Amino acid sequence: MTIAEKILARAAGLHQVVPDQVVTARVDLAMSHENADLVRKSFLEIGALRVWDPTRIVIIFDHRIPAESERTAATHKAIREFVAAQGISNFYDVGRGGICHQVLPENGHVRPGMLVVGTDSHTITHGAFGSFATGIGATEMAGVWCEGALWFKVPHSFRIDVQGQLEQWVSAKDLILYIIGKLGADGADYRAVEFDGPAIRRLSVASRMVLTNLAMEMGAKVAFTPVDEELLEYLRPLTPQKIGSIAPDRDAHYERIITIDASREVSEPQVACPHAVDNVRPLSELGEVAIDQAVLGSCTNGRLEDLEVAARVVAGNTICERTRLVVIPASQQIYREALHLGYLETLVAAGAIINPPGCGPCVGVHQGILAAGETCVSSTNRNFVGRMGSKDSQVYLASPAVVAASAVAGRLAHPASIVQEDPCLMEI
Amino acid sequence: MPDGNLKLRGVVRAVLGDHVDTDIIYPGRYLNITDREKTAEHLFALSYPEIRGSLAAGDFVVAGKNFGCGSSREQAAAALKFAGVGAVIAGSFGRIFFRNAINLGLPVVIAPEARAGCAVGDQLEIDLGAGEIRNLTGNRSILAAALDRKCVELLAAGGLIPYLKAKRVA
Ligand code: SF4
Repeated sequence: MTIAEKILARAAGLHQVVPDQVVTARVDLAMSHENADLVRKSFLEIGALRVWDPTRIVIIFDHRIPAESERTAATHKAIREFVAAQGISNFYDVGRGGICHQVLPENGHVRPGMLVVGTDSHTITHGAFGSFATGIGATEMAGVWCEGALWFKVPHSFRIDVQGQLEQWVSAKDLILYIIGKLGADGADYRAVEFDGPAIRRLSVASRMVLTNLAMEMGAKVAFTPVDEELLEYLRPLTPQKIGSIAPDRDAHYERIITIDASREVSEPQVACPHAVDNVRPLSELGEVAIDQAVLGSCTNGRLEDLEVAARVVAGNTICERTRLVVIPASQQIYREALHLGYLETLVAAGAIINPPGCGPCVGVHQGILAAGETCVSSTNRNFVGRMGSKDSQVYLASPAVVAASAVAGRLAHPASIVQEDPCLMEI
Repeated sequence: MPDGNLKLRGVVRAVLGDHVDTDIIYPGRYLNITDREKTAEHLFALSYPEIRGSLAAGDFVVAGKNFGCGSSREQAAAALKFAGVGAVIAGSFGRIFFRNAINLGLPVVIAPEARAGCAVGDQLEIDLGAGEIRNLTGNRSILAAALDRKCVELLAAGGLIPYLKAKRVA
């Protein structure tokens, strides 16, 4: 069986499952953010009184923090009261957590083999920890809060084998944008995607999360990177729980096996152009694109290594006069580490503004909305029409290094054109 | 959907393209509205604001592939339902949108040829259980996928909330 089949079989109490089979599976962890309020309303409408298991529910505020309106403040308040009444102790309020997909792993909530559901499409990110993690809607989550179980159709699996290695200034973001460009926005619809191969195994856990996170943008239901020593080392200090392992069987069946030679095929940074994530072009093919705002953050690329590379790129430079650089550490913990290591100092000295750890402008609500006619380069994961503000704004998705370089240049730019030294040797 | 009736009749009010994402259906800025009925006010607000005003109860929305791709926001399905849409017919659907629609009792029909086979104003008859669409105006059939048994069961109950409510009482 594939990884997805193994986890669903276990969670459904079956020896074996096959693609297209519909199973009812027990949920190990159920995550929600502010839309816990919608879940709460459906839960009460059903007539339920107590959640099935308060220790398996995690609630994290991230989409609108701190509250940007009276309506959101009321939503936050209603959720706080519900959480207290139900005895849900895994609750991360404003200033205690950050973006849900960073907070879950950072606090040891996800481990290999778990079945995780979340009321957010990028819940798929947690496949980087070997869990079957997928997004569901609010009403469906109310059903989970009542019963602790949910129906799933067993997905067909794709395997994406990445050979070679990522060259300098080419990151996991460039690799996954390239793959999405190749397969299309619905290229992995409803599928489980397993990433593996030497180029993947060399990636940090943070970089693997970029792959699983963006697999959503080609329609995947779940995505996985390998459970190996690198991952186990990351997880061990985070949880006292026993950490299992999971891998596909040797004879696992894949509907498609896609092989990519990263060294050859992804030899330079990639950019997703407006208004689709699969509208991907190599950076060098794009002409002069003037940038009004650069955004570095989100559940895709707001982690320590992302802030580090950005700091290295802008060190000693200043952000272009016509451009704003908005930086959002993905969690409080990352914020503190980046402070401690001086990355934020470097970014602020160059002219960046730091937002509180959360979703910020990624979902077009606050803290950096775009006006009509403005162009943004962003390390986030969606560039749909109006996603970050006006429907007449343009969003280009790129790696943290390209975002930082473009902020300095005031136009889409290759980091090598900003930084002359070998980034590994540079001290900031 | 009225009383678990799996046969629907209505008029096509909009024919849209491929990859209509949830930000187009229901922009992120309105996500703090959690009253389902009120979400209807912002259906297609940025890109096709004219659709909402033109909808009569039971009208159909037809689209190309990957309708509802993107975020998990349930408001996208709720806004369609409470604006009066009787069913969405598309070549394929974003996975979470599809589940949300079923869970809210909004019929969704997978029919790859629907976009080519319908125009705005056409009268259609849909048999959800059998997976059949009849274009009464054009007098032709459009092939559709039959819904999973589990989905039919949920739609027949009017969505997941009434379904679970009934289960708790039973
Ligand atoms: S950072 Fe953006 S994509 Fe990630 S959870 Fe927040 S709104 Fe969604």
